[in-house]
Amino acid sequence: MYEIVAKEILNKDVDLMVINAPLVARNAKPGHFIILRVDEEGERIPLTITEINGDLVSIIYQKLGYTTRLLGTYNVGDSLSDFVGPLGKAAHIRDVENVLGIAGGVGAAPLLPQLKEYARRGVKVTLVIGARSKYHLILLDKYKEFCDEILIATDDGSLGTKGFVTDVLTELYKTRTFDHTIAIGPLIMMKFVVILNKKHGLKTDVSLNPVMIDGTGMCGNCRVSIGDKTFFACVDGPDFPGEEVNFDELLARQNYYHDEEHICNLRLVKK
Amino acid sequence: MKLEKIHMRVQDEKERSCNFEEVALGYTLEEAKLEASRCLDCKNPRCVAACPVQVNIPAFIKHLLADDINSAYYQIYDDNILPSICGRVCPQEKQCEGACIVGIKGEPVMIGALERYLGDYALKNDIVMEQHIVENGIKVAIVGSGPAGLACAAGVRKMGYDVDIFEALHEYGGVLKYGIPDFRLPKDIVETEINRLRDIGVRFHKNVIIGKSITIDQLRDDGYEAIFIGSGAGLPSALRVAGENFSGVYYANEFLTRVNLMKSHHFPQSATPVKVGDNVAVVGGGNVAMDAARTAKRLGAKNVFILYRRDKTSLPARLDEVYHAEEEGIDFRLLRNPVEFIGENYILKQVRCEVMELGEPDASGRRRPMPTNTFETFDLDSCIISIGQSPNPLLKDTTEGLEVNKWGGIIVNDHQTSIPGVFAGGDVVSGAATVILAMGAGKDASVEIDKYIKSK
Ligand SMILES: Cc1cc2nc3c(=O)[nH]c(=O)nc-3n(C[C@H](O)[C@H](O)[C@H](O)COP(=O)(O)OP(=O)(O)OC[C@H]3O[C@@H](n4cnc5c(N)ncnc54)[C@H](O)[C@@H]3O)c2cc1C
Ligand SMILES: Cc1cc2nc3c(=O)[nH]c(=O)nc-3n(C[C@H](O)[C@H](O)[C@H](O)COP(=O)(O)OP(=O)(O)OC[C@H]3O[C@@H](n4cnc5c(N)ncnc54)[C@H](O)[C@@H]3O)c2cc1C
Ligand code: SF4
Ligand code: FES
Repeated sequence: MYEIVAKEILNKDVDLMVINAPLVARNAKPGHFIILRVDEEGERIPLTITEINGDLVSIIYQKLGYTTRLLGTYNVGDSLSDFVGPLGKAAHIRDVENVLGIAGGVGAAPLLPQLKEYARRGVKVTLVIGARSKYHLILLDKYKEFCDEILIATDDGSLGTKGFVTDVLTELYKTRTFDHTIAIGPLIMMKFVVILNKKHGLKTDVSLNPVMIDGTGMCGNCRVSIGDKTFFACVDGPDFPGEEVNFDELLARQNYYHDEEHICNLRLVKK
Repeated sequence: MKLEKIHMRVQDEKERSCNFEEVALGYTLEEAKLEASRCLDCKNPRCVAACPVQVNIPAFIKHLLADDINSAYYQIYDDNILPSICGRVCPQEKQCEGACIVGIKGEPVMIGALERYLGDYALKNDIVMEQHIVENGIKVAIVGSGPAGLACAAGVRKMGYDVDIFEALHEYGGVLKYGIPDFRLPKDIVETEINRLRDIGVRFHKNVIIGKSITIDQLRDDGYEAIFIGSGAGLPSALRVAGENFSGVYYANEFLTRVNLMKSHHFPQSATPVKVGDNVAVVGGGNVAMDAARTAKRLGAKNVFILYRRDKTSLPARLDEVYHAEEEGIDFRLLRNPVEFIGENYILKQVRCEVMELGEPDASGRRRPMPTNTFETFDLDSCIISIGQSPNPLLKDTTEGLEVNKWGGIIVNDHQTSIPGVFAGGDVVSGAATVILAMGAGKDASVEIDKYIKSK
């Protein structure tokens, strides 16, 4: 069992949790993720490691569906059934002078450790962060600690530019360019960021979030088409160059169990 | 008078194709003894020679006939620590039973069924072989809790070593848990066998991926004098045809893991879903394909068919499983090779197959399937690809100096890998094979581990 030693509510939909998991912490690096099961009947879901501190591992999750909402009902002192990692390839930190991070929604969580590592190496870090409203923006304070510049987009205009991150980027690219960009957020956001960046001759690393089960390369559930090749995101990724990712296929794969997820949610109401 | 073989009772085929209860029901003591009495007690028993671990079959049969059930069980246990499991899943028709003299003119002695009877008897009556373990305090690490890892752990533990098993998943047993379905191998049997290892002091650690959570080098730093890798062959082989990543196309590993490990047949009680729809194709002809097809049927699929590129005599699956699949209404569309998946908005709709014919024998001795340039298209809701597995590259990729062959199998010499003190066995060495071969390799490796440590 894996004990929850701290919990912080970041906003109505997003929590941060600190879990005691020495064997995950031992070799974890920025970009790695974990898979957890809340209880004995639970689904295995992947979440990015946002911070490592001794034996403690932090995760940040958006309460989207059954498992993340169930997780949200757990508190300090409770324990999770399973917590395994570190999984995936650690982020490839490139040798550049300035980097642009683009975060959408809870994508701000997995992006944080990567950008922080760039900042630690003295790279100039710019962040464009988007969310539904100012209440849905997360981790701004943490980003402010190390980003050189932060630009905000909200769907409702409650903070920063009214619109999507792509609107902010379109403005930004009029005057600026970057050695490298990393976009993490909903698939649809990453898809449009990549299209826009291509037009500006910018390379984009994306972090893909297909449905996963084992996380060790055994089941193939997490496969993604990139160019004419297939990759298993859990072991080959989750970070990939965005240019040739087949986002539409991945969107279909992600939504394949949509109806079943709904049934599962109804169960949570009963619980 | 010649006695006919005693058929094992099975669950009614209509009923069982809707449930996940075990299909074959096992012998009673009377049935077991009747069947055992068919053994001729040969001087040079061919069955023993044909068993990969040389179980002394005539000897255990004699004990059984003399009503000394405990001794019969101990006799098997000497060579095979998991008789309940092997009795159910060994391809007996290619091993012991295939070699049995009685089988030349009639049906061979049902050795697997007898083994299963004795294994089950021991589990039910809690019969455990007395073992006096003299502790030596030397630490040995086992990677993976499949049959290879379990057998190696049992072997070194009995010699007094301090044994830790590290398993990547949240349950122990490897393919016995996540691959082979309940209707062939009820999971409580696997669980009981694992508890027996716990009882003799083997420690189990779940959710630990060696190579990631702890590397092989770190295991040595942590004081393990020897390490055994039994990580299996978990990487699914791809068909490499267009549309393979459409939704609705599964690799058998995903499909079977959803059901067996994640219990998706109990959805939504269990939170992991699975869906198959009405029309399901399963590509392949081995045990994995049979398991996938029969599982799809039990999940409610109306039409389940096997697409296999050779003919029926070439099906590599256990004979029993092919019979049972046919009885349950699985349709065998033989000499069909999928060449393309057709979808709509990335959701699977159809599979296009090339009709094959048999040519000259190939390296495997079976007649080679040849393309005919005629094609057929079938409507589908899902397709389960079950054409093989190879070793997962994760350990190779994270362990410097660990040598593998071109199929990714770890290269060993007397069960030792290219890294001194690191041993390996089972599917990770041989490629996807059988439970008994994996167990045998684990057991033999335990002897080599002991030799290695003593010689240091
Ligand atoms: C490598 C990786 C890192 C991730 N990091 C984070 C993170 O740091 N914070 C965060 O909030 N989310 C992260 N996610 C996404 C997170 O795993 C899903 O939001 C979560 O699984 C949803 O589960 P649910 O039961 O709450 O919702 P559901 O109702 O099951 O699903 C909601 C959405 O999540 C997707 N989803 C469902 N099951 C899975 C699964 N097993 N694996 C992946 N996606 C699934 C569905 O397609 C659907 O779009 C990450 C995903 C991956 C693959
Ligand atoms: C569906 C199916 C049906 C089958 N039917 C039969 C049958 O009827 N008869 C028969 O004889 N054989 C059958 N087989 C084959 C048989 O199950 C295998 O040959 C056997 O299980 C191999 O044993 P193993 O111990 O080498 O590996 P596995 O059983 O694969 O076990 C390996 C274990 O190691 C774990 N692992 C992997 N990597 C790591 C790591 N890095 N760190 C920690 N743990 C790790 C895995 O999670 C797994 O639990 C079947 C296989 C399948 C898939
Ligand atoms: S272990 Fe398998 S091959 Fe050997 S006797 Fe038993 S059933 Fe036959
Ligand atoms: S999650 Fe199973 S292979 Fe990636």
